[in-house]
Amino acid sequence: MIVELGHYALVLAVITAFAQFVFPLWGAVSRDASLQSMARPSAFVTFILVGLSFGALTYAYISSDFSVANVVMNSHSTKPLIYKISGVWSNHEGSMMLWVLILVFFAALVALRGDGMPERLLASVLSVQGSITFAFLVFIVLTSNPFLRVGDPPPDGQGLNPILADPGLAIHPPLLYLGYVGFSVAFAFAIGALIHGRIDAVWARFVRPWTLLAWIFLTLGIAMGSYWAYYELGWGGWWFWDPVENASLMPWLMGTALLHSTIVMEKRDALKVWTILLSILTFSLSLLGTFLVRSGVITSVHSFASDPGRGLFILGILIVFIGGGLLLFALRASTLRQGGLFAPVSREGALVLNNLFLAASTVAVLVGTLYPLVLETLSGSKISVGAPYFNLTAVPLFIILVVLVPFGQSLAWKRGDLLGVMQRLLLAFGLSVLAALIILAFTTGGPVMAPVGIGLGLWLILGSATEVFMRVKPQRFDLRIMIARALGLPRSAWGAALAHAGLGMTVIGIAATAWGVEHISVTKAGERIAVGPYVVALESSFKRSGAGYREDGARFLVTRDDQASGALETSKRVHAGREMPTTEAGIITFGLGQLYASLNEILPDGRVSVHIYWKPLVTLIWGGALVMALGGALSLSDRRVRITAAERVLRSSVKNRGAPA
Amino acid sequence: MTRKQKRLSLIAAAGLVLAASAGLILYALNDRIVFFYTPSDLAKQVIGPGSRVRIGGLVDVGSVDKSALPIIRFSITDGEAKLPVVYKGSLPDLFREGQGVVSEGIVTSDHVLQADTVLAKHDENYMPKEVADVLKAKGVWQGGAPK
Repeated sequence: MIVELGHYALVLAVITAFAQFVFPLWGAVSRDASLQSMARPSAFVTFILVGLSFGALTYAYISSDFSVANVVMNSHSTKPLIYKISGVWSNHEGSMMLWVLILVFFAALVALRGDGMPERLLASVLSVQGSITFAFLVFIVLTSNPFLRVGDPPPDGQGLNPILADPGLAIHPPLLYLGYVGFSVAFAFAIGALIHGRIDAVWARFVRPWTLLAWIFLTLGIAMGSYWAYYELGWGGWWFWDPVENASLMPWLMGTALLHSTIVMEKRDALKVWTILLSILTFSLSLLGTFLVRSGVITSVHSFASDPGRGLFILGILIVFIGGGLLLFALRASTLRQGGLFAPVSREGALVLNNLFLAASTVAVLVGTLYPLVLETLSGSKISVGAPYFNLTAVPLFIILVVLVPFGQSLAWKRGDLLGVMQRLLLAFGLSVLAALIILAFTTGGPVMAPVGIGLGLWLILGSATEVFMRVKPQRFDLRIMIARALGLPRSAWGAALAHAGLGMTVIGIAATAWGVEHISVTKAGERIAVGPYVVALESSFKRSGAGYREDGARFLVTRDDQASGALETSKRVHAGREMPTTEAGIITFGLGQLYASLNEILPDGRVSVHIYWKPLVTLIWGGALVMALGGALSLSDRRVRITAAERVLRSSVKNRGAPA
Repeated sequence: MTRKQKRLSLIAAAGLVLAASAGLILYALNDRIVFFYTPSDLAKQVIGPGSRVRIGGLVDVGSVDKSALPIIRFSITDGEAKLPVVYKGSLPDLFREGQGVVSEGIVTSDHVLQADTVLAKHDENYMPKEVADVLKAKGVWQGGAPK
C-alpha cells in the first residue's frame, strides 16, 4: 500500500514539476503576476510529493518489502538499519531518487527564501528548477522506476554489495549530491536572469550563498569519497584520476571559479557575463558527471547496472540543458550592461587569473576524461589516460594558481599595489622558502617535489595568516586592539583565510606522499619488516566470522624504537551470498601519518604476503578539505552573505551607522 | 590605462594561460597516454622499447606462478597469443585463472610485460569493458554482457 502511494506520489510529482516549469515561465515572459505566483506553491508541492515518494521507498527498505524488485536486489532482512536506509541509494534507481529529492529540496529552499527577490526573477528561477526536476522525474518513471514489483516475492533479498556495506555509503552520496545538485540553483539563477534580463550585484548576492553551500558539500563529498576509497578498496591510494573521480572534480574546480567570480560581481558589479557563463558551465559539468557515472559509458565501482536506453536518455537531458543554457546565453549575453572597471593589478584582476587557471585545469581534466571515449568511438583505438597525463597538465596549473593565491588575497579592490603586497608577504614568502630549503637539506637524495610542495602549502597558510594579521594590526602594537579588531573582522574574511589555509594543508599532505614508503613482503611470524620509522612483525594469522561474513586475516605488531605502538589487522572477507572477497585494510594513525596494511594472501605454509605502507602527513589531505569546508561555512554564516538584499536595504535604512565594511 | 587597454591586457593574459595549457594538453596526449592491446595485437605491433602499454585478456589457466612471492608470474591470453607477465604488487581480489584481467607496464626486449598495475573485474557480473569487447570479437568468451 505504502509502496503504491509512493509510486503514485512520484507520478504526481511529474505533473506538478511540469506545472512548476511551464506556468511561472509563461508568467515571466508574459509578465502575468498570477501565473508567476504559481511558482512557489508548485515548488513546495513537488518537494512534498518527491519527499513522500522517497519516504515510501525508504519504508520498503526498512520493512524489507521483498515484493519490490529494487529492495530484493539491494537489501537483506538481516542488514543493520543503517545499511537498510543507505541501501536505498546504493543502486541506480535509488540514487536517481536521491538526486531528484535534493534537487526539489533546493527548489523548495529557494522558494522559501524568495521573499526579497523580484517576483519575476523568482518565477523564472523556480521554473528552470522545475524543468530540471521534470526531466529527471520522467527519466526515473520511464527508465529507472524503483517501485516496480516482482511477481513472485523471494523470501529474502540478495543483500548489499559488501564494498558498499560501510558507513561511508550513508554519508558520501548524499554529501556529493548536495554539492552536485546544489549548483543547479546557480544554473537556475543564471537562466532565470537571462530570461528576466537584469543581472547586477543584487543577483550575485542572491546566488552567492547557494554556490557557497553547494561548494561546501561538494568539497566534503569528494574528500569523504577519497577517504572511503582509501580505506575500503585496499589499494593504498586516495586518488586514481578515475573518470568517476574526475566527474566530481570538474564541477568542483568550475564551482570554485564561480565562487570567486560571484564575489567580484557582488562587490564590484564586474565580470557579469563571465559569472553567468560559469554558472551554466558548473551545473553542466554536474550533469556531465551524472551522465558519465549513470550511463555506463565508463566502467567503475560506481556504474551500477546500466542499459543503453538510460544512457541515451541522460544524454538527451544533457544536450537540452547544456545546449539550451548556452544558446540562451549566446542570445542574451550581449544585452548585459558593462560592469565596474578595474586595473589589471587588483583583487578583481587576481580573481580573473584564479578563474583562468581553474577553468584551464578543468579543461585539462575534461579532455583527459573524455578523450579515451572520443578516440575509441572515432578510431576504435583503446587508450588509457592516467596519472602521468594529469600530472603534466592539471598539476602545473594548480601549482601556479597556488603560488598566486596569497597575492590575490592581499591585493586591494579596483587598483592594487603589487609592491606593497609583496613587502607585506615577504616574511611569509621567506619562511616558506626557508622551510622548503631546510627540509630539502635534511632529505638530500629524496624526492624534490616533497619539500617544494610543503613550501607551497606553507606559503598558502602563512599568506592567509599574514592577510588576517595585516587587517587587525594597529599602528602601535596593542594586543587588546588586535583582539577587538580580530573579533570585528567579517566572518567572510576569516572564512577565506581558513579555506586557503585548508588548501595549504591539503597541498602539504599531497606533497608528503612522495615520502611514502611501501613494502610488499612474504613474512613469517616474528620476522621484522622495517616500514619508514616503524617495524612491523607478523604476530599470527586468524580465521573468524562476523555478522554476515567470514574472514581470514593476519595480525601484526608495530614497534617504533623497540617500543610497542599498536597492532595492525588486515583480512580477506567473504560475505554471505557473495563470491567476491573484499580486502579489509588495517590502518593506524600516528600523528598526522598513517601506517596502512593490506593483506595479499595467507599461504598454505603459514607465511603471509602483505603490502604495508607508511604514509607521512597523509591525514592532512582530508583534514585540509575539512578546513576548506569549515572556511566556507564560516563565510556562509557571515550576515552580509546570508541576509537577502531586501533585508539589507531595510536594515541599512533603519541603522545607517556602523563600521565600514 | 584606458578601458580598451585594460581589456586587452586581460585578453592577453587569458590567451597566454589558455595557449600554455592547450600546449601542455596536446603534448601530454601525445606522450603520456597508454594504448591498449591484446597479446596477439602486440605480436603484430612494433613497440618502442620502454613504452608503456595496457594488455587485456584472460589469465591463462595454469600459468599463475607464485613460487617467488612477492613476485608473481602469469600469462595473459586472448586465445591466439600469450604474453608472460611479471608483477610485484598486490593482486586485485577478483584476480582468478581463466578470468578477465588488464595489466599495465612495459614490454621488455624478451617479450615479457613488466607490470606495475593489474586490474581485474569489479564484481561477479563485470568484465573489464576492453577485455569483453576483444574476447567477444575473437569468439573466445560469450559470457553474459555486464548485466
